[in-house]
Amino acid sequence: MNSTEPQPPEADTWARVHASEDFQRLRKRLRNFVFPMTALFLVWYLTYVLLADYAHDFMSTKVVGNINLGLILGLLQFVSTFVITGLYVRYANRKLDPIAESVRDEVEGGDTK
Amino acid sequence: MNTLAQGSVEGGNPLVNIGIFALFVIITLVIVFRASKNTKTASDYYAAGRSFSGPQNGTAIAGDYLSAASFLGIAGAIAVYGYDGFLYSIGFLVAWLVALLLVAELLRNTGKFTMGDVLAFRMRQRPVRAAAATSTLAVSFFYLLAQMAGAGGLVSLLLGVEGDLGQSIVIAVVGIVMIIYVLVGGMKGTTWVQIIKAGLLIAGTAVMTVWVLGKYGLNLSELLGSASQAAGGGDALLNPGEKYGESSTTQLDFLSLGIALVLGTAGLPHVLMRFYTVPTSKEARRSVVWAISWIGLFYLFTLVLGYGAAALVGTETINNAPGGENAAAPLLALELGGPVLLGFIAAVAFATILAVVAGLTITASASFAHDVYANVIKKGNVDSKTTEVKVARITACVIGAVAIIGGILAKEQNVAFLVALAFAVAASANLPTILYSLFWKRFNTRGALWSIYGGLTTTLVLIVFSPAVSGSDSAMIPGADFAWFPLSNPGLVSIPLSFLLGVIGTLTSKEHLEEKHKEMEVRSLTGAGAEKATAH
Repeated sequence: MNSTEPQPPEADTWARVHASEDFQRLRKRLRNFVFPMTALFLVWYLTYVLLADYAHDFMSTKVVGNINLGLILGLLQFVSTFVITGLYVRYANRKLDPIAESVRDEVEGGDTK
Repeated sequence: MNTLAQGSVEGGNPLVNIGIFALFVIITLVIVFRASKNTKTASDYYAAGRSFSGPQNGTAIAGDYLSAASFLGIAGAIAVYGYDGFLYSIGFLVAWLVALLLVAELLRNTGKFTMGDVLAFRMRQRPVRAAAATSTLAVSFFYLLAQMAGAGGLVSLLLGVEGDLGQSIVIAVVGIVMIIYVLVGGMKGTTWVQIIKAGLLIAGTAVMTVWVLGKYGLNLSELLGSASQAAGGGDALLNPGEKYGESSTTQLDFLSLGIALVLGTAGLPHVLMRFYTVPTSKEARRSVVWAISWIGLFYLFTLVLGYGAAALVGTETINNAPGGENAAAPLLALELGGPVLLGFIAAVAFATILAVVAGLTITASASFAHDVYANVIKKGNVDSKTTEVKVARITACVIGAVAIIGGILAKEQNVAFLVALAFAVAASANLPTILYSLFWKRFNTRGALWSIYGGLTTTLVLIVFSPAVSGSDSAMIPGADFAWFPLSNPGLVSIPLSFLLGVIGTLTSKEHLEEKHKEMEVRSLTGAGAEKATAH
């Protein structure tokens, strides 16, 4: 079952690749996207939970018919989750995958192509 | 649950319910046997030969994740408590962003079969694998017990099976079918069961959602108005606070639950293991996207179903039904489509339990065989790969037996806190170590051990001395009172503590693994040297 696997690269290969400009760019791009985005959605989620937990009057404000602010903010959590998912996929496809692929080929010596 | 259950939901036909469920079991068993033909190696058994596509795996994840608790439980909580029930589903959904952004792809690139593969990657293998397996088994056990105990409640609710013996037999049958899925089909069979179940669940709830909305001219505001009117006027059902607004303790408890939900999902071992069933990290990413779509859609449906049940069935009828809150969705199905729709929904609820326990069992057995047996006991020198799979199969039987016995013993108990406990353990014992391993180069063995064992112990101790176990009306042991921790959800304390323990443990240890971290980082970000799909 292991016939298709490439030879395991030497230990210094990893260090060399890790120091390469391409890999550092990939690492930076990933972290620059996922860390702020995680902070953003966690803060937005916590704000919502705290409002629902402690600001009952505010959340009970009617907006349209029987639909109140609490329901709208709750549904906006769904919207933001879908939007962040979409943004990440677009970012990963355009900015991460191409570099990751070229670094991977370098490590594996191109013998998987 | 309800010891005086007077048969099933009135108006339902237990024979129809059992018939539709039996049909599901037969069809899935045929598929599982067909899928078993190619299950030979460890990679086949644990990871389905890494041959599933992103959309397939995403659907299976939805099938694995949407347990009976989230189907019957959330719809019921919305019907009875209104807005506060809706809050659960938001935590369950937003949590997937943690998995998408921080965990799924990196885990797929670094590991082989289990969470332990990633956690132990650059650490001393044996202690870290033992720790990872301990917390995997703990989470799986709590989650499994919750599902099996729920099955006992469902039996009286949906099948009209009365008496201890009858209910125990049904629980045993559910357990045995599940063991067959896992033994015969391995991960591939289990995955197909989850895909089919997810399809049925989403289709069934979609039909009911459209039906309910159709009754109100597709106007959500009218539905909400009718629901709050049926609940006795006022806007209690529409405003937050019905369940958690009672006192400052319940408010703090909700905050604690909210944090555990959002951070726990990406640390659930049975969810993590699903990412190994796809060939590349890109497919792992697509898996999460599909899972988020299905799960989000499903929770939007439960919002309509919950308020629909409040409006059309009535909160009082639901509270008085056998099974209480859990009866909301089945009763709504009966109201809308008569015994046939009820039968379909009842069968879907059982299929849900089956698919979820199968997923948990294969995860727990993989962790025992791969982490404990192969790497801790045999120190990585297993004679042949088939021995490891054999151990996994035996473990699956043992876990199945434990689940059956536990389910029978727990069926009269109030074990609703077990699901919350599983999420709290996942968020405290697993997630900090996963994130530190992937992103922090200084992290080392002692940090991992302190974080895992510290998080696990804190969570368990706080739960044992919480009102969920003793000292309240709804406690597991109502007669006793040895509770001193005020919250039923320990996450607020245990999660930050275990993040902190990871840092302290790491910094007080002289072990430096930065070189090995370079390899791990290159592998996890690029997929270089990652496990490939097996070709048959």
